[in-house]
Amino acid sequence: MNLSRKWLGEFVDVDANDKDFAEIMTMAGSKVETYARLDAEIKNVVVGKVLSMVRHENSDHMWVCQVDVGQGEPVQIVTGAQNVHEGDLVPAALHNSYLPGGVHITKGKLRGVVSNGMLCSLKELNLTLNDFPYAIEDGIWILQEDCTVGQDINEVIGNDDTVVEFEITNNRPDCFSLIGLAREAAAAFNQPMRHHEPVVKGGGPGVLPELLDVEVPAADLCSRYTARMVRNVKIAPSPKWMRERLRSAGVRPINNIVDITNYVMIEYGQPMHAFDYRYVKGGKIIVRRAEAGETLTTLDGNVRPLQPGMLVIADETRPVGLAGIMGGENSEIVDDTVDVVFESANFNGTSIRQTALALGMRTEASAKFEKNLDPLNTLPAVDRACELVELLGAGEVLDGVIDILNFVPQPVVLPLETDKINRLLGLEIPEAEMVEYLRRLEIPVENGMVQVPSWRSDLKCMADIAEEVARLYGYNRIPTTLPHGATTLGGYSAEATLAQKAGIVARGLGYSEILTYSFDSPKMFDAIRLPADSPLRETVKILNPLGEDTSVMRTTALPAMLETLQRNVAYHNKAAKFYEVATIYLPQPGQVLPNEPKILSLGAYGAGVTFFTLKGEIESLLQCLGLQEAEYTPVTDDPSFHPGRCARLTIAGQDMGIFGQIHPLVAQNYDMDCEVYAAQLNFTGFMSVRKPDCVYCPLPKYPTVSRDLALVCDEDKTVGCVEKCIASAGGQLLKSVRLFDVYRGPGIPEGKKSLAFSLELRADDRTLTDEDSAAVVQKILAKLDQDLGVKLR
Amino acid sequence: MKEQLEQIRREALAAMDAAADSQALETLRVKYLGKKGELTAVLKMMGKLSAEERPVMGQVANAVRADIEEKLEAVKAKLAAKALEARLLAEAVDVTIPGVPVAHGHKHPMSIVLDETKDIFVEMGFEVVEGPEVELESYNFTKLNAEPGHPSRDWSDTFYITEDSSVLLRTQTSPMQVRVMEQRKPPIRIVAPGRVYRKDEVDATHSPMFHQMEGLVVDEGITMADLKGCLEQMVKKLYGPDSVVRFRPHHFPFTEPSCEMDVQCFECHGAGCRTCKGEGWIELLGAGMVHPKVLQYCGIDPEKYSGFAFGVGVERMTMRRFQISDLRLLFENDIRFLSQF
Repeated sequence: MNLSRKWLGEFVDVDANDKDFAEIMTMAGSKVETYARLDAEIKNVVVGKVLSMVRHENSDHMWVCQVDVGQGEPVQIVTGAQNVHEGDLVPAALHNSYLPGGVHITKGKLRGVVSNGMLCSLKELNLTLNDFPYAIEDGIWILQEDCTVGQDINEVIGNDDTVVEFEITNNRPDCFSLIGLAREAAAAFNQPMRHHEPVVKGGGPGVLPELLDVEVPAADLCSRYTARMVRNVKIAPSPKWMRERLRSAGVRPINNIVDITNYVMIEYGQPMHAFDYRYVKGGKIIVRRAEAGETLTTLDGNVRPLQPGMLVIADETRPVGLAGIMGGENSEIVDDTVDVVFESANFNGTSIRQTALALGMRTEASAKFEKNLDPLNTLPAVDRACELVELLGAGEVLDGVIDILNFVPQPVVLPLETDKINRLLGLEIPEAEMVEYLRRLEIPVENGMVQVPSWRSDLKCMADIAEEVARLYGYNRIPTTLPHGATTLGGYSAEATLAQKAGIVARGLGYSEILTYSFDSPKMFDAIRLPADSPLRETVKILNPLGEDTSVMRTTALPAMLETLQRNVAYHNKAAKFYEVATIYLPQPGQVLPNEPKILSLGAYGAGVTFFTLKGEIESLLQCLGLQEAEYTPVTDDPSFHPGRCARLTIAGQDMGIFGQIHPLVAQNYDMDCEVYAAQLNFTGFMSVRKPDCVYCPLPKYPTVSRDLALVCDEDKTVGCVEKCIASAGGQLLKSVRLFDVYRGPGIPEGKKSLAFSLELRADDRTLTDEDSAAVVQKILAKLDQDLGVKLR
Repeated sequence: MKEQLEQIRREALAAMDAAADSQALETLRVKYLGKKGELTAVLKMMGKLSAEERPVMGQVANAVRADIEEKLEAVKAKLAAKALEARLLAEAVDVTIPGVPVAHGHKHPMSIVLDETKDIFVEMGFEVVEGPEVELESYNFTKLNAEPGHPSRDWSDTFYITEDSSVLLRTQTSPMQVRVMEQRKPPIRIVAPGRVYRKDEVDATHSPMFHQMEGLVVDEGITMADLKGCLEQMVKKLYGPDSVVRFRPHHFPFTEPSCEMDVQCFECHGAGCRTCKGEGWIELLGAGMVHPKVLQYCGIDPEKYSGFAFGVGVERMTMRRFQISDLRLLFENDIRFLSQF
């Protein structure tokens, strides 16, 4: 909402510069977005009087003018315009002047003749014929204004004003009007408000009810319809003061009748519409829902297909307006309009908003209506319009008003609960002071009861009154305290703590944290080669997505990770390692909301990244997170992963995720031809496989004996199973088994491999003898041979 | 003989002083003190001396030996020190050569800011809780006092999961207020960070998915002064003790009175500059006293309890903190961007 400070001055005196005005209004609850002087762009342009004109010596179209600019000596200005005559008053941009758009005018020579400035057209002053209808488009603006030679042109235009832009919140539709903001300003600055009661003389020819009939079958969407008629209208430009005001509000002046409706809309916040009575067939206005197949050509010339249910204003035969949004071309005010119907109605906000949205035509009027306006405002607004018609001599207003009320006014009265308000605010404001604040807002308090005015439908309970009191008392005068009362133990959930820890460890291992979108394209499933029958293809679908790419909630964090890796490869980043604790969304049969477990997603590429670096990092991670012993089993059939370089992680018999090299075909789908590694670990599952708290184990008192075993075994025997066998045969004395070499080649038969393990043997109660350790090794070798056919090399 | 001994002493001490290294010193030790050394040779002649002379000469000889040995140790130590010095000199490195790189990852800037903010509230006794992102309409709107037909409910603004609009992607973290109040009895002090969704096309300042952190305090006798104190504390901890804040009236359906908190621009201290777009203040968050209707919807007696709530936009805080001008960078995850933090 744009507010002209000059216009505001009609209602309330505010003695503050623009900055202070903006600050004080903002702090009282009317947020100022910006403010700007209208004269900021035009500098050093004055009213000049053309004293004499002679032909330019080197030009057959230019004139050399002597112009009186109120500085004693006339100045010489050259112009190429042909509509200037001696004695004319014109806008003269002097040497070193500025015009809109940052144009700088300085003196210079035009074909050898000195020109000390420029005579201006409307366009050069950023004006149009709508602003000054008597001027011409191509030529100098010959002033027909009440002005004096030497006067700043800004004053003539009406630019000696500041326009303040307010952000109006949804709960305050009353502030979408000059009167509403003036009321706020009066309260903020504690100044009296000058109200104006419209007075209509009336007496126009004819009897209103005989000429016009209004029916409102859609009573649920139109709580009030008020109309008056004006006859023998003389369509003409509206006077300068009205055009000036409209322009300050960003509205283009058109003609007196249309300007009046716009003027009243700005002043009262009540959108109005004017119909040409000739085209209201049958003299009948019907407020109804549109029927299937109906269309309406709106004022902007667009043909609007109407959907059943949209609220229209119709005559006997057809819609003539889109209620609360825009009038129809078929009943528009034109130059030869004679009789006019003024509509001032109250429509249902939601209905207007939905229709405007469906037709893609949010207008000044609909933006106001959608906030739900005060139905008591329609009558004063239509009277004001009629008063302005009489003031402008634009026509003859008929006596009487058509006023259809489909609502029962329900005055809201609330107790002024001083104690409760003070308790809520943490203040001790006396009741009289509260009453005073409310009075400034024109909210009377009688016998301890707050009489809520009709335009303040947002005031419904004690807390609402508390806000009114608080904002006039000043939010910044409220003290600052810390909540007292029962102490609460703050902190993080166990899962959040574990996630933080996982982050610390992952970063220590070289992984950087990423944030990816929770939604994805359903095509991602194909990109990661997810089988057609995979349960992960069951997703939470967004019914109104921005696009297919963001239309399903992810059931796996792998695609997002691969997209991230892809982007980094595309940026020629040589290597990258990423982690994300990512939420996935798994629909649950019979449940309204999906499960939202978290995945620890890892991804890496670049020199030195192998299956075993990834596995080592995962092992470190699990250890640092204090999880129980993990088992790794090969996975050969997950289509997202390399069939020979993929493992499943199992802890305490539970599936804790999968990791390995991404299948080259999947990598290809993401435009990557390098080896890419990823892990999708069941982070939420980690919570249930944490080790109990660590218990200290005494340090060994007796020496450790090391024994290395080089074994030969069949290729199909995994290190894991050999290791398990050693561990089970080693018994109490075997403290650790560690693989340190895998060898294939000369000395080892085809189809076999050599595995070298380092064993540590120790007893807790004595020093081991050679015989002790030899016995353990023998037992291990025997079991290896017996169970797996593994022999000493 | 005494003469001889004195001469040996003189010669030996002088020679040792001149010894260039430990090897030369060892040669001198052998020369004077060795089995075939000069001093030994002189001592061997002691047998020829008279009984009176022998002890006198013996004393002299011992004194000479002691002097030589003492000198030997002293020179040895000197030479060792010199040798060490030379070795250290030889071992010197160019300390300006870069260290051996240790790969380490980086925290996402959003997490840096969010973690800091959460910690501040944890210190003030707040519990950090999380809740579902796919949410019921009733939690996201109705129980937060958003009237039916409220613009935020439009399908053009909110992502819906079901045709009847009963399930949606939460548009704010505020549903956590309702969830917590329904599950717990006051005193309540929680913050709830998380992802939220609105139907905005991606550009430099918008994203259909972004992050908020909700805060909620409910207890007997909670006042607007407490709201101010608590949030001012947050700002002072985040941006330093000299930070200045102001509270402006505003409107949210689920709080009353409502406010927005601005922090005075760090660049210009309120004078107005590019950072604050000339306003002198930077909008930080929305807050207010929990609307009595919301308390009621959640089964908390508004006559007995009151509370305040606030919501912070994490992207906005992060972008301001690190002067990031384009929001898309936060979700692009370019390693060159992430490694700056």
